Amino acid sequence: MGAVSDNLERRVIEIIAKRKHLDPASLTADTTFEQLGIDSLDAADLLFAFEDDFGIVVPDDVARSMRSVGQVVNGLRGLNAGAAGTP
Amino acid sequence: MRRVAITGLGAISALGVGVPAFWEGIVSGRSGVRRITHFDPSGHLAQVAAEVPEFDPAAYFDDSLLALLDPFTQYALVAADEACRDAGLELSEDERDRAGVAIASAMGGVSTQDKGYHQIYGEGATRVHPFSIPRMMNNAAAAHVSMRHRLRGPTLSFATACSAAAHAIGEAAEIIRAGRADVMLAGGTDAPIVPGVVRAWESMRVLAPAAADPARTCRPFSRDRLGLVLGEGAGVVVLESWQRATARGATILAELAGYGATADAGHITQPGTHSPARAIATALAQAGLAPSDIDYVNAHGTATLLNDVTETAVLKLAFGGHAARLAISSTKAVHGHAMGASAALEFIAAVLATRESVVPPTANYTDPDPACDLDYVPNVARAMPVRAAISNSFAFGGLNAVLAVRVVEVQGARGA
Repeated sequence: MGAVSDNLERRVIEIIAKRKHLDPASLTADTTFEQLGIDSLDAADLLFAFEDDFGIVVPDDVARSMRSVGQVVNGLRGLNAGAAGTP
Repeated sequence: MRRVAITGLGAISALGVGVPAFWEGIVSGRSGVRRITHFDPSGHLAQVAAEVPEFDPAAYFDDSLLALLDPFTQYALVAADEACRDAGLELSEDERDRAGVAIASAMGGVSTQDKGYHQIYGEGATRVHPFSIPRMMNNAAAAHVSMRHRLRGPTLSFATACSAAAHAIGEAAEIIRAGRADVMLAGGTDAPIVPGVVRAWESMRVLAPAAADPARTCRPFSRDRLGLVLGEGAGVVVLESWQRATARGATILAELAGYGATADAGHITQPGTHSPARAIATALAQAGLAPSDIDYVNAHGTATLLNDVTETAVLKLAFGGHAARLAISSTKAVHGHAMGASAALEFIAAVLATRESVVPPTANYTDPDPACDLDYVPNVARAMPVRAAISNSFAFGGLNAVLAVRVVEVQGARGA
């Protein structure tokens, strides 16, 4: 369970880092969208990337709860993302 | 500087064909939002829209013309015909050289595009219909209005998203003020309820999911708001130089007294406050109106959190202490966000508010929002004198346009 969760967090950080041109090592679960300068349009772009990567649909109410790396991981885990061994 | 008279109105929207249906709908709060019928919305996040109901284009256009008309142009022509009839507009051949058209569309012929792309990418077609370009080009609506009414003056299209029709009407007024034309048909049109466009809006996460009662989906300024609802239709007005309108004894519905256009120069989708407030101040200054002269604001009011809170702040910035005394409403609750047509429909609402001394309500307002603490005329129309009104339009791209109208003493019954 811990491994799945770690993998999920690592993948989320990779996606955010790639989209925002950041060093993945600079991101932790506590990093907020605000700290990264991610506004609502950027967030829609990120959610689109998460949906593509994990093959899921993120409902708007879950999307609204995602304002930090950790909240993204929790939200995606709630949608069973990564559990089926998605890359 | 020449004054500009508004002498005719035309509208087609989710509330029906014609200005009477539009006005009755916004005043009574009769929502035109329902499950999408233009295509099967199953599997979409947003399954409702404010579609024009029961519109049969064959009742308005013969087959050979209809083949050239994307729905966005059909709507513009229906609204323009009504506006010309309403104005009792008759033009000599010489006058046609000094009569022009300004019709906005945010999207253009997206129905034609959507079908064509489906044929190419979905069905493997190697050719699409030869009328595809003349149907989908953004200036098709302006051009067809010009041809149908044989107007040969300045004829332009505007594509400034949700503000487009306000820019069209405002710039048309400027053309009259500058003496470049004496008559302008101005407004906006859009028909964006097609699968590709709805999908694109869904991805932005601003569209409302269907409420249990679709009619209650769009809830501007209400804390239980669900987001934006797409609409469609057209609004067109006849603008004339004051001198021409009075000389021919036209019924002047209101004066287009002021126009302000500004840009946020900020973010592509997030609205600012400084520049929208300056657009209001600019419109009032041109009109020679003080903030305290404004009784009614037809708000941009999209029912997104970002718009509703920001627009409330803008009104406080522009009107100061008078903001709390303004009657403010968003009629998008019932006609949806008709994109390039929105500002024209909402301008017509502002004109009729001054004319009829009635402020249409913000329908579906059930949950007061502490972040939106002004008077949004909840749910029930208000009979009150409206000396002057403004219509706000704040587009994606940070492009703002505000139109100010002033009441004209009633000369006789409407349509007499």
